[in-house]
Amino acid sequence: MKVLVAVKRVVDYNVKVRPKADGSDVDIANVKMSINPFCEIAVEEAVRLKEKGVVSEIVAVSMGPKSCQEQIRTALALGADRGILVETDAELQPLAVAKCLKAIVEKEEPQMVILGKQSIDGDNNQTGQMLGALTGMGQGTFASEVVVEGDAVRVTREVDGGLQTVELKLPAIVTTDLRLNEPRYASLPNIMKAKKKPLDITTPDTLGVDIAPRTKTLNVEPPAERQAGVKVADVAELVEKLKNEAKVI
Amino acid sequence: MSILVIAEHDNAELKGATLNTVAAAKAIGGDIAVLIAGADCAAVAEAAAKVDGVSKVLLADNAAYAHQLAENTARLVADLGRDFSHILAPATTTGKNMLPRAAALLDVQPISDIITVESADTFKRPIYAGNVVATVQSNDTIKVISVRATAFDAVAAEGGSATIESMDSADDAGVSSFVGEELAKSDRPELTAARVVISGGRGMQNGDNFEMLNKLADKLGGAVGASRAAVDAGFVPNDMQVGQTGKIVAPDLYIAVGISGAIQHLAGMKDSKVIVAINKDGDAPIFSVADYGLVADLFEAVPELEAKL
Repeated sequence: MKVLVAVKRVVDYNVKVRPKADGSDVDIANVKMSINPFCEIAVEEAVRLKEKGVVSEIVAVSMGPKSCQEQIRTALALGADRGILVETDAELQPLAVAKCLKAIVEKEEPQMVILGKQSIDGDNNQTGQMLGALTGMGQGTFASEVVVEGDAVRVTREVDGGLQTVELKLPAIVTTDLRLNEPRYASLPNIMKAKKKPLDITTPDTLGVDIAPRTKTLNVEPPAERQAGVKVADVAELVEKLKNEAKVI
Repeated sequence: MSILVIAEHDNAELKGATLNTVAAAKAIGGDIAVLIAGADCAAVAEAAAKVDGVSKVLLADNAAYAHQLAENTARLVADLGRDFSHILAPATTTGKNMLPRAAALLDVQPISDIITVESADTFKRPIYAGNVVATVQSNDTIKVISVRATAFDAVAAEGGSATIESMDSADDAGVSSFVGEELAKSDRPELTAARVVISGGRGMQNGDNFEMLNKLADKLGGAVGASRAAVDAGFVPNDMQVGQTGKIVAPDLYIAVGISGAIQHLAGMKDSKVIVAINKDGDAPIFSVADYGLVADLFEAVPELEAKL
């Protein structure tokens, strides 16, 4: 079966971003960009399903400016077979991304779409669920285990109280949590091979999707900073401070 | 304005996060209705009817909603939600699973995890693991919003007298089914609602050593959490993770034990009132947010702390 994997280009997780001085946006000029860690887990899961013989073809999709080709190439180096870039320099909000993905799902007809549960820039945690709504597919979000059985998939989900397992009819949506797998490193030969794999480019217009933003960011600011407190010499002083100064015990 | 709050519950009890979400609804202002979607959950509806500020409880009691599968409840929420100006749910895993699906059915771009209400259409929310706070305005007719519970003080669970209206909807989308669950059982308070939280990190070395933290928690009436490093290493289960992608906590007292303090962990606990860090590395970033730092071997300091309390 065919699997579609969505990958997002984000500021690398090691970079600490700051707001621009005018508060209009975050300052991401000249910072390192990477594939969103949850998307990398999504690619890895698709590759593992292919290695098990469950999946026959993996299509990696990204959206955004031309530079997103880098993240598609990363997915191709990890084992995806071909890529699709929905190219636009406009702001893309999760609903617009879900609509573009829906258009691609209609064309490609995958049996499963695997996405990261959230991207580490917007921290929205929305796109997979919205794609589920738009396509009518079932959704296994925050997955820690994915098992395909015939025409269904069993997804174990990380929920607040522990773990929940659901069964979804295929085609279905899966969004990945941290512990689904540990992504491999791309080998040099695979990085070279990835450069030759096909990468199609389309646009939201061609897909017939209106990507006009629905929300507007009025301001970005640093969070209220916590001041570092004091170092205490020993446990006795800690207990004394907690009792008499902080009055929390 | 009229606001629909989606209740967090387990068919038996109304969960605390609902009270924080009602608080956010009150900050927006308007009539507040609470939806209970579940099965055999009449007791939850009765509890919700008593919540301060709630004028109406909608009860959708049907087998299709027993496990609150998003495919089914999102359709219900979208159907009911058309009559409201705002739809709010707590940013729990249940809320985060269902709400965007309902929003897409309504063709709305939701706003996740708000921490303040600026006006009826403008909200603040953390992005980039809490490194930045964005002020976001929605242009959609219906605002669909998930609420970070720790950012809003809970309304009183008693004092209201809302009417309960039963819905006869039974919408099974037929694409998903519940197989089973493994829920952590504990006599300690819930992590997100505890007054005291004690979390362990990689420095704990193994799962057995968490017993030390359990003892300390029992003495303080607190809950035990963990950093991602400790969960990834298999010391403790995922439901204990505090951080950007785990649980967000804001107790009166947070004690970080053997946790270095990665930004992703700080995102989950830095709104705690008092933070204590115990770590043998005096340069660990956790000390930059701690009110009280103790540079010590945790295997000596934690038992000593327990003994002195």
